[in-house]
Amino acid sequence: MKKLTIRLTVNAESKEWSIAPGDLLLDVLRREGYFGVKRGCEKGECGACTVLVEGKPINSCLMFAAQADGREVLTIEGLAHGDTLDPLQEAFLDHGASQCGFCTPGMILAAKALLEKNPNPSEREVREAMTGNYCRCTGYVKPVEAVLAAAKACRRAR
Amino acid sequence: MSTSVVGKNLRKVDGVKLVTGGAAFTDDIQLPGLLYGKILPSPHAHARIVRIDATRAKALAGVVAVLTYKDVPRVPHTTAGQAWPEPSPYDTYLLDSKVRFVGDRVAAVAAETRAIAEKALGLIEVEYDVLPAVLDMEQAMAAGAPVIHDEPDSTKIFDKRRNIAGYILREIGSVEEGFRECDLVIEREFRTGRQQHCAIEPHISIAWLDADARLVIRTSTQVPYHTRRQCAMILQIPVSRIRVVKPRIGGGFGGKQEMLLEDITGALALATRRPVKIEFTRAEEFYMSRTRHPQILRMKMGARRDGTIVASQMTVLATTGAYGSHATTVQGNTGSKVLPMYRAEHMRFECHVVYTNTPVAGAFRGYGCPQGFFAQESVVDELAHELKMDPVEFRRRNAIRLGDIDRLSAQLGEGREGLPRVVRSCGLYQCLDRGAAAIDWERKRTARPRPGHLKRGVGVSCTMQGSGIAGIDWASAFLKMNEDGSFYLQAGASDVGGGADTVLSQIAAETLGVTLDKIVITSGDTDITPFDVGAYASSTTIISGGAVRKAAEKVRQQVLQVAARMLDTAPENLTCGANAVSIVGDRRKSVTMTDIAMQAMYKDKLQIMDGASHYNTDSPPPFCATFAEVEVDTETGKVRVVHLVSAVDPGTAINPMQAEGQVEGAVAQGLGYTLTEELLLDELGRPRNASFLDYKIFAAKDMPKLTAILAETDEPLGPYGAKSISEVPINGPAPAIANAIYHAVGIRIRKLPIRPEDVLRELRAGGML
Repeated sequence: MKKLTIRLTVNAESKEWSIAPGDLLLDVLRREGYFGVKRGCEKGECGACTVLVEGKPINSCLMFAAQADGREVLTIEGLAHGDTLDPLQEAFLDHGASQCGFCTPGMILAAKALLEKNPNPSEREVREAMTGNYCRCTGYVKPVEAVLAAAKACRRAR
Repeated sequence: MSTSVVGKNLRKVDGVKLVTGGAAFTDDIQLPGLLYGKILPSPHAHARIVRIDATRAKALAGVVAVLTYKDVPRVPHTTAGQAWPEPSPYDTYLLDSKVRFVGDRVAAVAAETRAIAEKALGLIEVEYDVLPAVLDMEQAMAAGAPVIHDEPDSTKIFDKRRNIAGYILREIGSVEEGFRECDLVIEREFRTGRQQHCAIEPHISIAWLDADARLVIRTSTQVPYHTRRQCAMILQIPVSRIRVVKPRIGGGFGGKQEMLLEDITGALALATRRPVKIEFTRAEEFYMSRTRHPQILRMKMGARRDGTIVASQMTVLATTGAYGSHATTVQGNTGSKVLPMYRAEHMRFECHVVYTNTPVAGAFRGYGCPQGFFAQESVVDELAHELKMDPVEFRRRNAIRLGDIDRLSAQLGEGREGLPRVVRSCGLYQCLDRGAAAIDWERKRTARPRPGHLKRGVGVSCTMQGSGIAGIDWASAFLKMNEDGSFYLQAGASDVGGGADTVLSQIAAETLGVTLDKIVITSGDTDITPFDVGAYASSTTIISGGAVRKAAEKVRQQVLQVAARMLDTAPENLTCGANAVSIVGDRRKSVTMTDIAMQAMYKDKLQIMDGASHYNTDSPPPFCATFAEVEVDTETGKVRVVHLVSAVDPGTAINPMQAEGQVEGAVAQGLGYTLTEELLLDELGRPRNASFLDYKIFAAKDMPKLTAILAETDEPLGPYGAKSISEVPINGPAPAIANAIYHAVGIRIRKLPIRPEDVLRELRAGGML
């Protein structure tokens, strides 16, 4: 099968990958060991495979890897700096916002994109931003609390 | 009792790897030579395979194996992950020459890539003799209905010729007599829908042969030990040749208390001698895995004018779909966990569970109770209304209370006679008080109706559940001390996301007097951890936790003995705490756990270690009061839940933050069950909405205001007073919302899910429009 090469930045590291034209970004990222990108529905309906492309949350199951050529991708693996977790990750732990944890990477990344744009979101805005990320465990109460707490912590740190 | 680890809102012990995307789940592994497996699903609801030819599929480059019923052992079994001997019928085969629902297994393929595997499915030539199908449970027992299980070798089916998988009849007192004594008798029919678990991680199994040619199955399961036993039987290899490993699980909710992929993935691994992975797609998850049992319930209750419930009777018709997984046990719960909620002198429960050519029903959080409570709590509400009593007051007057003995449970256990249930802790009345306050019950019940088309109302329901299966569920745990004063905990229990590893570690840490970071846990690996029935029946905290506490107490004694020698005193003068052992009343005389460990290991030549097994002969019920405030749009029929309060008595909450999370998650699932979720089939039994686009679960912005309240009690049978919490809150939303709708607009909706069109129709029929 015809292969093509893409060059992209993943979690601030330059990558050069050989892919097939029809490969989905989800599959390529998982193949390359980014296991935080989860396969939940492959239809763009559940949000478990959310990554940030140029800072925007996208369902990586709906994007060809080829479309990521030349772009900047952030997965959950790129959020912490060494052992220092992102305030969102800390807040998810402190608030019990992860249960099974399968939807957590997508939720945190969706929230990350929100907080970059809007450091002081209302509860409504948090719910809107995370509504593409299905969670079957938490009822969303604690994830929403965690995002609001992380927003507060970030504002205080500034 | 003062505690330092139990009862605290501590972070999940497995939390960091979850929030950082660590390789935690079944699929987060790369195996050289991995093959992709796919199952060919039946396109017909009922058919015999007349001819099946895999020649063309096998000839496709990249296809390594194709299995049909001709290639595998024929062993009748159940997929239900239950303790042996399973009460579910043995009516299922690895592969069979007959298919019984759309989505039933026809064949399985293993290939170099997923694309090749998918292509190979289309090359398997199958000639079907399509048989008449029965999709409607009300037709299943009729004379002349097609017989779904006509095979000679299935066992434990109640009546094959009439498609009856299971039948239950139990009576306490005499309802006939009881109803004669009543001033008011109400009898109503209820229908419930086919809900799917929708774990965000679909079922997935990866199987391979290790260097010793043992079959390793890494799988998303709630029941590693049952799965190992079942796979050994089905694949006809010894239990000792199988290792089942449960990594982190992306949600189970009962759907993974089923051996769904492990057997076929294992068969492909044995056939190919290579690693094989099968993962359901989302669509397959909807119709090829399991659902909640749809039921038709007739609920009859009678009371005296003074407000005393005298008799209650529930008559149920349920369908288990094409296979009888959990058939009698789920439905048994519909009676045994629901009717005893009220102290009626006379109770009767009768149930037929029938086969239909529909997707298979199985275990699902609540396990038969959501259906039963929807019926019972709706009728209780009607009784209260007719008797002109406040629904909360009426419930308070009749509900089960401390010291009561539930006699129905004694008659109705896990597929056989059960054990009597004694209420040793009961926070129900506290739940009612605090829940009513949180929703502002008094004021909202008496508020004047609003003008316009948006009508508000409030409703209530009382529910209960169990904590493990009495006399059946059991667990074991093992602890050993490390050189740094930490402890390695090996628990057979299966954390499926609810936080069991954290709760079990908290129990161990509390008992040993160490901080939570001093417990390192491994759970759910049949090679490494001792036996546990698995994560179901709300058993883990009370049963597995009980085993951990026992094991930790034994290890604590060993620790104290070493410390006693070091401190030149007797063990009974010592106490554990803050990672050290000290003399009671003289904290200055102490030794650290690290010193004790080093002393034991390098001077005494002693590994401090021990294990314990645990079971209970009773299943203490957690209680729950659910309050709902709804807004009904009389122009569209749409019901919006404004506020939902779930007040739960879990005994002691080992980790209150996690316990609240269980309540909130159960309520969200219960809201879907009540309002939006139903897997629909067409007239040929094919799924019509097998995607998240067409099957609506609640998203973040769909949720109402949600208040979770923990009304803690101290349960004598539980570790540190704990009962359970994960299931009971899912039972409450449907009846509370239905009752709130009645309060808002005066109509009774008796069918789930409550769809706008049904509300509109009832409004019209009731002359409300």
